[in-house]
Amino acid sequence: MAEEQTTNEYGYRSFAVGGFKFARDEYFAHIAWPGGTHTMPADAFLRALMRDISWSFFYGVVNFDQVFGTTNHYGDVDVFAGLYNAGYCAQNKQHCENFKTEEVRPVFEAMLDDWTNEDFDPFAAPEETGNPFGPKRGNNRAAINRKRLVANRMTGMKADIPLRSDAAGNAVNRQFADVPQDQPEIHAEPGFEDEVHAFNFFAYVSRSDVTWNPSVCSAVKDSQVCATTEEFILPIIHGNDRVEWFVQLSDEIHWDIQDRDTGAPRARVVMKAGDVAAMPADIRHQGYSPKRSMLLVWENNDATLPELYANKKLKPNPVDF
Amino acid sequence: MMRRGTRFGSLENYEKGGVQVIDDDPRNYAFSNIFEVASRAEPYEKVAVGKNLKYVLEAVRAEGSSPWYSASHDEAAIVMDGEVEIRLVKLKQELVAEDHEGTTMLEGNPQGVKMGYIVARRGHMALLPKGAAYQFHAARPAVILLQTIQGDLTVQKWKEICEK
Repeated sequence: MAEEQTTNEYGYRSFAVGGFKFARDEYFAHIAWPGGTHTMPADAFLRALMRDISWSFFYGVVNFDQVFGTTNHYGDVDVFAGLYNAGYCAQNKQHCENFKTEEVRPVFEAMLDDWTNEDFDPFAAPEETGNPFGPKRGNNRAAINRKRLVANRMTGMKADIPLRSDAAGNAVNRQFADVPQDQPEIHAEPGFEDEVHAFNFFAYVSRSDVTWNPSVCSAVKDSQVCATTEEFILPIIHGNDRVEWFVQLSDEIHWDIQDRDTGAPRARVVMKAGDVAAMPADIRHQGYSPKRSMLLVWENNDATLPELYANKKLKPNPVDF
Repeated sequence: MMRRGTRFGSLENYEKGGVQVIDDDPRNYAFSNIFEVASRAEPYEKVAVGKNLKYVLEAVRAEGSSPWYSASHDEAAIVMDGEVEIRLVKLKQELVAEDHEGTTMLEGNPQGVKMGYIVARRGHMALLPKGAAYQFHAARPAVILLQTIQGDLTVQKWKEICEK
């Protein structure tokens, strides 16, 4: 059961769900569970927590670091410590509790709300945000309550996700100031104005004010083209429960690839503009983007896939050759 | 100090990264580069560079006029390099069965009503709507990344395009 505790000397509330207890001080988030404790820097914890909540626990495993994280079962969620850490598991020190999504989500949301100070935006690149540390100073609800953007057919279509513009408050990011903002020429015959549709996808992405946060821009049945801007480090280590693909649209990202279950290193993948790579269903990955870059994340949203991969009815690699 | 500018790739100028194996098979990542694939492809050859079960991302070298195509579902085209004109016709009658997925090539010119056309350049995304016929035209070689479903025209040559 979820419960809340009193405010500590730094002004932060403590939280609990099941056997997990969460507290923060000026620099760190402290996690405790029956049989163990763990400490993370507050900024890294909040950046990971932000993505976990924003994506409603996302696809598969959201490792906040090598110890703590969540696994989405789409209706219920595992909260774990050491479950995907070979050292913990070898000594049987892992701990995992399962919760209904509606039970754990409000606790995580309240924790993010309370622990995020007024000048810190967990979605922003480090160079674009303020100080996450110190005693509690207000909140930043505008930053942490952004809505995830999911296009039904294509961004910019009537009754779909709107385009970004200066007028709508979506300035071109400082690192994409040189990205052309021209729009395609659309010559629609009368009556077809809503179906003859195109937009400047790169310009749209250049106006994103968040990092490592994919938004769906076009859908073909369960095939979702998601766009995201990446800068600095992916704040989670994402463990796949299905195959996903990356298309590097601009600049470059370096990916560390590990075994999903043990964390053992498997590969590094360096992607430059135009490169395409699969992320197999049995890995975890974390990316490093030295300059803000544009990444197309291509997902298969078929809800039956996690079970098919878990039961080995599908191979973890997407193609054989 | 000036910041480094944004780097996009093109047919004429691209750099390729790669897979550095620690304990793995590089083929698991099916690593390729859209511009390299398009530079070696025939015009309008639809080469799969991504495959997620039945769904594909295809790299297409646009050069001259393509045949006319249609599909029983939406498709999306991202112009990755150059300029592409996309001509659209609302078909008088559906020519592709509802359960037939992927791009279908039409014979000759489609019968229907002109919907209009789009001129798209690098970075632009265009809808190829369900129930429409479409044709690409590029005066100079261009590159399209097509979001669609594996179909009769999808070319799979992973061994040729991917890092091994």
